[in-house]
Amino acid sequence: MDWGALHTILGGVNKHSTSIGKIWLTVLFIFRIMILVVAAERVWGDEQDDFICNTLQPGCKNVCYDHFFPISHIRLWALQLIFVSTPALLVAMHVAYRRHEKKRQFRKGDQKCEYKDIEEIRRQRFHIEGSLWWTYTSSIFFRLVFEAVFMYAFYFMYDGFQMPRLMKCSAWPCPNTVDCFVSRPTEKTVFTIFMIAVSSICILLNVAELCYLLTKFFLRRSKKAGNPKHHPNHENKEETKQNEMNELISDSCQNTVIGFSS
Amino acid sequence: MSWGFLRDLLSGVNKYSTGIGRIWVAVVFIFRLLVYVAAAENIWKYEYDEFECNIRQPGCENVCFDHFFPVSHIRLWALQLIMVSTPSLVVVFHVAYRENREKHHNQKLYTSPGKIDGGLLCTYLISLILKTGFEIVFLVLFYKLYNGFQVPRLVKCDIRPCPNTVDCYISKPTEKMIFLCFLVATSCLCIVLNLGELSYLIFKYSIKCYLKRYIKKRQ
Repeated sequence: MDWGALHTILGGVNKHSTSIGKIWLTVLFIFRIMILVVAAERVWGDEQDDFICNTLQPGCKNVCYDHFFPISHIRLWALQLIFVSTPALLVAMHVAYRRHEKKRQFRKGDQKCEYKDIEEIRRQRFHIEGSLWWTYTSSIFFRLVFEAVFMYAFYFMYDGFQMPRLMKCSAWPCPNTVDCFVSRPTEKTVFTIFMIAVSSICILLNVAELCYLLTKFFLRRSKKAGNPKHHPNHENKEETKQNEMNELISDSCQNTVIGFSS
Repeated sequence: MSWGFLRDLLSGVNKYSTGIGRIWVAVVFIFRLLVYVAAAENIWKYEYDEFECNIRQPGCENVCFDHFFPVSHIRLWALQLIMVSTPSLVVVFHVAYRENREKHHNQKLYTSPGKIDGGLLCTYLISLILKTGFEIVFLVLFYKLYNGFQVPRLVKCDIRPCPNTVDCYISKPTEKMIFLCFLVATSCLCIVLNLGELSYLIFKYSIKCYLKRYIKKRQ
């Protein structure tokens, strides 16, 4: 179980996101998770071993390290990535639930159900409207909130994004104010700024996706209000586009659910 | 053999779960297993090396560490994850047994071997009760072993061969406490999900039973 498993789980959802959503997921996996695993973990790997305080007093180093790093950058990033990735599963669960309801209706022999067989339900495309639209938009909103909260927590805990070379510590049992030296401060600063920059790009992508969805929603509503008589060609085009998107969502959910169960 | 094995096991269980059961699997995968592997393991990696006592007496640090950490937090966490995930296997075995029976008799004995009814319902309810039980047992164990969910910066130790009361310092206590709180929060969430699923199933099947009896009476 590792980041690869998260990639498998989210890969299914990706097929059914908007284009901006796909870009967001690529940025997440390549510029954040991969950088975290391949590079950042090595930079922070020896952080406590090489955190040196100018004293021989046993315990002083431990206490000073704990005081200046209540939670390591690496762990905070790992938690941020986990929290930011999970709202996408809300959409997957919602579509799986809708599909399950349709299958139940079909099995009961409901005459309202217009499908001929289960396969058609599997292939069926749900409209991204009503509750599903809200779920999708909420997932983007939660992503934004988690990103912002973690960035703020980072800024608040470490007084900015720079890693100082030297920290002065006078916590007990240090006998007086002691100089403590952080290992690889410049490299850590570089990676911190990189991760913050990529987080900001992800926030912008999420905001763009949200605006795109809202714009599409309002445009569709105004078109409906403006065209009470539906032209067959126009309706087909709209339906086809919606169907494509819904197929994506429903297929992704199917794959995600199967991914869980396989 | 690693956590991937548990992941594959639980993915199989997902097929026969209710909606709430699937949410439970997602919570266990993402907020417990992934957090454990990606973050928590590294915090406790060098806990013994970084445990420092203000004394040069050989053996004192060993003895004090052993006294304060009879079982490391991270090992208890791993045990909890394993114990909590395995009752679901009982359901998988029962479904496999049903499918075997159908094959053996060469006829359709059940509407669907994976449908939660009859004996499988009892098995499912037992697995839910066991899961909840294990969660509570481990939370209580954590609480009793470590006097709450706090990790102190300093512990005082006076066990032989330490010559007197010695100050010992634990590494990364704040970070450990944050992740322990996270562990407790996710355990409680899983307990709530399990109890919710239990109530939902009992309620659903009581209503079904009641309706069946009602229809029979009227007939």
